[in-house]
Amino acid sequence: MVNFLIRRVLAAIALLIIVSMVTFAIFFLVPRLTGASSADLASRYVGKTAGPQAIHEVEVRLGLDRPLVIQYWNFVKGIVIGAHYNFGPSKVYCGPPCFGYSFVNQTPVWPDLLDRMPVTLSLAGGAAIIWLVFGVTTGVVSALKRGSPVDRASMGIALAGVSLPIFFTGLLSLAIFRDNLQWFPGAGTYVGLTQDPLTWASNLVLPWVTLAFLQAALYARLTRAGMLETMGEDYIRTARAKGLPERTVIVRHALRATLTPVLTIFGIDLGTLLGGAVLTEGTFSLPGLGKFAIDSINNNDLPRVLGVVMIGAFFIVLANLVVDVLYAVIDPRVRLS
Amino acid sequence: MRRRTPLVAVGVALALALAACGGSGDSGGSSSGSGTFNAGLTTTVNQSTKTGGTLRIGNAGDWDNVDPADTYYGYSWDFIRLYGRALTMFKPGPGKEGLQLVPDLAQNLGEHSADFKTWTYKLKPGIKYEDGTPVRAQDVKYDVERTLDKSTFPNGPTYFNDFLDTKGYTSPYKDKTPGKLGLKAVETPDDTTIIFHLKKPFSGFDYFAMLPATIPVPQAKDTGANYKMHVVSTGPYKFESYTPGKSLNLVRNTNWDPATDPNRKQLPDRIQVQIGINADDLDNRLMAGSMDMDVAGTGVQAAAAARIQSNPNLKKNADSSPTARLNYISMSQSVPPFDNIHCRRAVQYATDKAAMQTAWGGPLSGGDVATHLLMPLIPGNQDINPYPSGPGNHGDLAKAKAELQQCGKPNGFSTVISARTERPKEIQAALAMQQGLQKVGIKTEIKKYPQGDYFKLYAGNPAYVKKNGLGLLSMSWGADWTEGFGFLSQIVDSRVIRDAGNTNLGVTDPAVDKLIDKATTTADDTARGAIWAQIDAKVMDGAWMVPFLDVKQLLYRPPNVKNAYVSQGLNGYYDYAQLGVK
Repeated sequence: MVNFLIRRVLAAIALLIIVSMVTFAIFFLVPRLTGASSADLASRYVGKTAGPQAIHEVEVRLGLDRPLVIQYWNFVKGIVIGAHYNFGPSKVYCGPPCFGYSFVNQTPVWPDLLDRMPVTLSLAGGAAIIWLVFGVTTGVVSALKRGSPVDRASMGIALAGVSLPIFFTGLLSLAIFRDNLQWFPGAGTYVGLTQDPLTWASNLVLPWVTLAFLQAALYARLTRAGMLETMGEDYIRTARAKGLPERTVIVRHALRATLTPVLTIFGIDLGTLLGGAVLTEGTFSLPGLGKFAIDSINNNDLPRVLGVVMIGAFFIVLANLVVDVLYAVIDPRVRLS
Repeated sequence: MRRRTPLVAVGVALALALAACGGSGDSGGSSSGSGTFNAGLTTTVNQSTKTGGTLRIGNAGDWDNVDPADTYYGYSWDFIRLYGRALTMFKPGPGKEGLQLVPDLAQNLGEHSADFKTWTYKLKPGIKYEDGTPVRAQDVKYDVERTLDKSTFPNGPTYFNDFLDTKGYTSPYKDKTPGKLGLKAVETPDDTTIIFHLKKPFSGFDYFAMLPATIPVPQAKDTGANYKMHVVSTGPYKFESYTPGKSLNLVRNTNWDPATDPNRKQLPDRIQVQIGINADDLDNRLMAGSMDMDVAGTGVQAAAAARIQSNPNLKKNADSSPTARLNYISMSQSVPPFDNIHCRRAVQYATDKAAMQTAWGGPLSGGDVATHLLMPLIPGNQDINPYPSGPGNHGDLAKAKAELQQCGKPNGFSTVISARTERPKEIQAALAMQQGLQKVGIKTEIKKYPQGDYFKLYAGNPAYVKKNGLGLLSMSWGADWTEGFGFLSQIVDSRVIRDAGNTNLGVTDPAVDKLIDKATTTADDTARGAIWAQIDAKVMDGAWMVPFLDVKQLLYRPPNVKNAYVSQGLNGYYDYAQLGVK
């Protein structure tokens, strides 16, 4: 197991390096290949009437006049040993991991990422618990009562969840539950967990439920299909024949086998969301990594884009690693192999 | 049986939609207020002098910078007056009065030399920062020096760079003189006097003195690019906390003395700005009464506009605010056949301005059809219509065809219209123009470009325009301030044409440049306004630009908000320095 973990961690680091190189290339090599000069790139970060002198000064300050390889090297160096930045009256030391400063508003990237991470973690974590519990439960009940009105209603609601776009369901839920019924008056404003846990939770209920509504469908259908297949297996018949209680047959034997693909999907979904639930954050005005990513891309703010992409990649890699480890826990066949 | 599943989903969706439609907006918020539609254009709605409460403001985007040396957004120049005082400001109040400049930090408007190259201001006594220390003229000079540093502060306007006789001065951060006040173009002979020396005459310098660049900054507290985290206040409010991209919270500045400041109010205890709100949700919150103001001031989104137009309870809280922003199409004379005035006039006559107005939201939330460059907000504006577009403004095809004959293209020609990818209304307007021009045989292809690079790499890059045959360029330009120079100087003066980042996309007329020089040396406001009207007529005569929309913003003022009015001086925004909530 330890060897397995070491190999996976090394692979993860290699992957993150490749991701950073590709992101760098997309934002800075590709424009050059299409004929843009470094002054052209710098001109994105100045006011509308800035002249060539101002553009040149910004070009130098942002390091855009240096070869791409040097720019990338400085970026890696900053992450490992930190860097100094010129703020005007003085230079400021940015300690490791230093992801640089925003090209647009000169705020440090790493503290901004750390500030936005809890928002995305709160959103993704809470929604994940809801969609997993509801999705799997709905799937199990639907499978056990196949063809019944309960099965049809559950699958219908699940279909609605996956079909309706989140900006529609999100805005609708705000209009009804916040503005009309006033059940969640603070929804659309993020309050930190440590600041006020009750308000934190209350303000997140609508985004949690909306996001879970979107995701649960897949889990319900996946669980239902898996359960239907597993319940027809010989060993289930054997378990019943041995006189085991039905609850034990369903949970310990059928569901456990069904969970393997569910867990795979869950790991990928959660890892992706931890990199930023873009649409949900945008709809509910949550200042998380997803919104941060969109704003950074729209502003061509390379240091921020690099930072958020690396964080997103890290979470996906981590989530897949955890899923692989959990396989060994829930499926003895993996452990033995 | 299987058909029921989708039906259930549709039914659920419909039920939710009906519940929401029956909801918040119809009651128009909590209290009744005394507003009617467009009341904010001519009156102060819900007047009150009561103090207390929190003014809750939302911003769907983010500031370019809250630092006075580095901001260019119109709404920022409005909002910054809550925590900063410049030498002059626009007079508070609705209507035409709001176009006048009045002294703010200064005792009077500027005294100038006969050649308009030297301007002197004396500061009012007794003005303090939030920490009680007195404001000095040297602090005003220091912020002007900061704005010259376009490396540290790249976003702000360049008027002081362009007009001051800087003699190579670049930045206070490279200044080795004691106190870092080495800029000779600005003198401060004592703590209350500031003298500006310009390298070229400018009769409207009081407008420059209105810019945030003259908000004083104490050098001891200056942290350069980090100063924005806590701008030291001279206004009625000071920073409580600021997280860029998330929130800005202001509280009362107890060292602001209303006796020195008759132009602002200090009513709410707190001003709370949430940044990065979903734009549609922001409108919903305004209409539900859980948000008090949209600071960006560019008007509600399409969904809210539709609700406001159809619901009298909402419409009475709305103002269709005229702005000093013009949407137009520029014609590139470097791209044939636009080097021929008759081909340009053909386009002028053939353009379906009414359809383009519809694309932008119609008369209520889009604007009025424009027939020339200036608009009613600009002093001196004369309403002229040199190229009438026929009944209903759908184009005068007969006149267009006659012009095509004269330019040797009786069957029309082909060209390209450029537009910005992220602006659906601009693209729809380009489509409307395409259809209008097609009727006289002018075939157009629409090419879309990213807005971030539009001026730097594409439409504003003359070499690219010529090489790629961009004959017609979608353009939208708002005045930096509501006056002829503030609106026209960057779009009709041939001397501002640049290799990249160009904003004058097609006007090169020495006669226009001469008139601009005359305007900038005319002291009398009325006479100056008349010259700008002449410039308007001259540029229209050359047919370089097809103006089609005087932009209006459909603004919403929740009925619980007090003292709301649209300021003409502030370019059609609500005056944020007067608002209350009690």
